[in-house]
Amino acid sequence: MGQMSTLVFAPGFFHSGAVGVAVAVGGAVAVVSACVGVFTVIRGQSFAGHALSDVATTGGSGAFVLGVSPLTGYVVLGLAAAAAMDLVGIQRARGRDVATGIVLGAGLGLSALFLYFDTTMRATTGATMTILFGSMFAISSSTIPLIAVLAAVALGVTALVYRPLMLSSLDQEIARAAGVPVRLVGVLYLLGLAIAVALSAVTIGAILSTALLVGPAATALRISRRPATALALASLIGVGSVWLGIVLAYDSFYWPPRGHGWPVSFFVVTLVFVFYLFTEARVLHRLARSRAALARLAARFAVHRQARIQAGG
Amino acid sequence: MPGPGASDAQSDPGARDPVLEVEGISVSLGGREVLGEVSFYLLPGQLTGLIGPNGAGKTTLMRVILGLQAPTAGRVTLAGRPHSSGRRPAGYVPQKVVLDPDMPMRARDLVALGIDGHRFGIPLPSRSRRQAVEEMLEAVDALHLADQRVGRLSGGEQQRVLIAHALVSRPSIILLDEPLASLDLRSEQEVVSLLARIAERQKIAVLISAHEMNPLLPVMDRIVYVAGGRAASGTTEEVVTTEVLSSLYGQHVDVLHVHDRIVVVAGADPGREPRSGA
Ligand SMILES: Nc1ncnc2c1ncn2[C@@H]1O[C@H](COP(=O)(O)OP(=O)(O)O)[C@@H](O)[C@H]1O
Ligand SMILES: [Mg+2]
Repeated sequence: MGQMSTLVFAPGFFHSGAVGVAVAVGGAVAVVSACVGVFTVIRGQSFAGHALSDVATTGGSGAFVLGVSPLTGYVVLGLAAAAAMDLVGIQRARGRDVATGIVLGAGLGLSALFLYFDTTMRATTGATMTILFGSMFAISSSTIPLIAVLAAVALGVTALVYRPLMLSSLDQEIARAAGVPVRLVGVLYLLGLAIAVALSAVTIGAILSTALLVGPAATALRISRRPATALALASLIGVGSVWLGIVLAYDSFYWPPRGHGWPVSFFVVTLVFVFYLFTEARVLHRLARSRAALARLAARFAVHRQARIQAGG
Repeated sequence: MPGPGASDAQSDPGARDPVLEVEGISVSLGGREVLGEVSFYLLPGQLTGLIGPNGAGKTTLMRVILGLQAPTAGRVTLAGRPHSSGRRPAGYVPQKVVLDPDMPMRARDLVALGIDGHRFGIPLPSRSRRQAVEEMLEAVDALHLADQRVGRLSGGEQQRVLIAHALVSRPSIILLDEPLASLDLRSEQEVVSLLARIAERQKIAVLISAHEMNPLLPVMDRIVYVAGGRAASGTTEEVVTTEVLSSLYGQHVDVLHVHDRIVVVAGADPGREPRSGA
């Protein structure tokens, strides 16, 4: 039993302060991303998440140039982009495509420039690594209060707009007729989305941040019929992926190339994808069953024909 | 021009007060006057058809009643008092509601949002809420669908659940915008008789828009006919006549009675608009 547990949890796992922080922060961030993400998927606004994660990349790399913490960069630019998206009008499908496209291009262009400065001026790859893969094992204790506040705000906002957001995601005219301030609710939700993306960027990197947002939510929505279950299931999948990812990343220090751990974000994103495939597996299973039935039918037919040919000959 | 609204009110069964009065409503959209001087009223327990060709302004008129569209002139009075913007005691089923099949929402969740969907915060489970939802689902013959995902129901089933959603807050009026469009014949008849039953039992005013009046003829107490930016209201016999409709359309139209159906055809060229009845 003891040997079994050291096989799963590499030596030192339970005594590492960094791991403890990663488990706590990663878990909280996963819950925030999952809850906000359920609405992102329902509203068909994954594109907004992507645009925000591109902008977060810009903010994070810019923060390195200015010498402030990447989280500040993620949050400031994310909120600015959310406001801009509302102004451009993400309600209209056309405006939304154009807005996303323009923001995306400009954002990534700036990120490239900032990362170039970061790497050439400081002669380290720290910034690039942080932006690409997050910094789950290197969260400084000074950012933890800010992370906690942001997580609480995002969850609080989501809880606040829960019903009106459901109603306006269902149909905007129904919501308006019921007296829902549809635009205000949409903006509050975007605020939650921007914060979720920023938090997710800290843990698994800005570029991959939407995986934690959309993946668990999309998986949960395939299974659950009711809103509350969807939120709970998405959170469970998100937390499961992050925690399992942390364990595997810690283990990977002992994998080749020795002495270099694999990025935790790789494991998290892969696990999110694997969970999604599980729901797909039900479909595959059904497909396999119908294929088997077809094969049986074909076999019977073949036997039949064989018998007829033999009778004829 | 014979004022189309003039024929109003002659057939009034009497004592009941209107729950909704629309007086001289004009609406401009994109710099064009879409509706001019529209007046009519709704009585409790009655089913009124809002009939007119596509683009006549039926949806616009409903949006004015709901306070979602500001009129350029006129006023809407609800149960005797003029209302400002804000939540109004009218249920609404918009035209062409598209429900995502993957939406994590059962029929009962959708109906429950009709009670408190506009409120902020997270709902606490409540027995009376659950009971109200089930009563309403029962009233629209959809209790057996309570635990199914709304997005996966058929068109007619979705329509019934949306009606329950609109009714569960016990409004005095319910507005349904083209609820029969894209329904097959059987679901169409089901929805029509359901709405007639609701009007009668719950004593609420039901306003149903349609570009085709024939399915509503057996149940319609009154009609508001919109065309050419104007409206005429009264009983079907009063309104659907060659004189009234010709004046609305601004050209000669014929009103033909074929068996139990009414066919409206443009006098000169029957193949073109206006055409409301097939
Ligand atoms: N937002 C808008 N801006 C300009 N014109 C509009 C707008 N919405 C509707 N219209 C016009 O108003 C008229 C009435 O539209 P609508 O109320 O939707 O008609 P109906 O519901 O009877 O088909 C149509 O000619 C339509 O083109
Ligand atoms: Mg319409």
